[in-house]
Amino acid sequence: MTMNAISRSQIYVLDQDEALDFYVNKLGMELNTDQDLGFMRWLTVNLPGDPEREILLEKPGPPAMDPATAATVRELLTKGALGGSLFMTTDDAHKTYEELVARGVEITDEPTERPYGIDFGIRDPFGNRIRIGQMFPRA
Amino acid sequence: MSRAVEESNRAMLRARDAMDRAYAEPLDIPALARIAHVSEAHFIRTFRATFGETPHRYLQRRRVERAMSLLVETRRDVTDICFAVGFSSLGTFSRTFRQIVGESPSDFRRRGTPTNVPSCFTKAWTRPSSFG
Repeated sequence: MTMNAISRSQIYVLDQDEALDFYVNKLGMELNTDQDLGFMRWLTVNLPGDPEREILLEKPGPPAMDPATAATVRELLTKGALGGSLFMTTDDAHKTYEELVARGVEITDEPTERPYGIDFGIRDPFGNRIRIGQMFPRA
Repeated sequence: MSRAVEESNRAMLRARDAMDRAYAEPLDIPALARIAHVSEAHFIRTFRATFGETPHRYLQRRRVERAMSLLVETRRDVTDICFAVGFSSLGTFSRTFRQIVGESPSDFRRRGTPTNVPSCFTKAWTRPSSFG
């Protein structure tokens, strides 16, 4: 195997401006690329200091998918059934949790100690779930 | 029409997340309806249309899922777990657990094994299904 990194991941969002505001101003990520390709707006963000791993914030719609399919994707996304998930790590789960609560981020799970670490859950404005964990060293 | 469905879905998801956070508390339909910005009757009807089950049933299965997790991941006794997840009587808990899971809490504990994956997946995938 010669693959050596996961460089880009993708989630669907309903509104790219709102997504940019959430991921940058609420979660503290950085804008990586915001480019109008004509057929789509290529919008990616990354964690500070980690520009090699981007998250594409893609808006479902034509011409990539027909309007009816896009509507289905949007409906599934908003009921939390589309499956988009992001997992991020932090050095201090409780501190990060408090910061995000102060910024009005929707919390799905409060910090809980699990066998793998301390983690908590949030949702983005569209229904995607995000897990943030302070991971224990792997045995 | 589609935009209205999306906004309704998102509001219902917000209320369902609130139920997941406070699963051990009594079911508070007025509070959940306020989170979703709808009337109580509309909330129950729309929740069912969105997720395929009533808020009461969702909460019941969430509590059983949490009990399943505590049974295999802790050494707390069954009565303690029953109250910790929100049931107010051991009889109701045992009956509901058996009805949903198909075996008693003690039998489930004997054959259960702890998981080591992010708990959002555990919660979603081990919540006993009523969808067949």
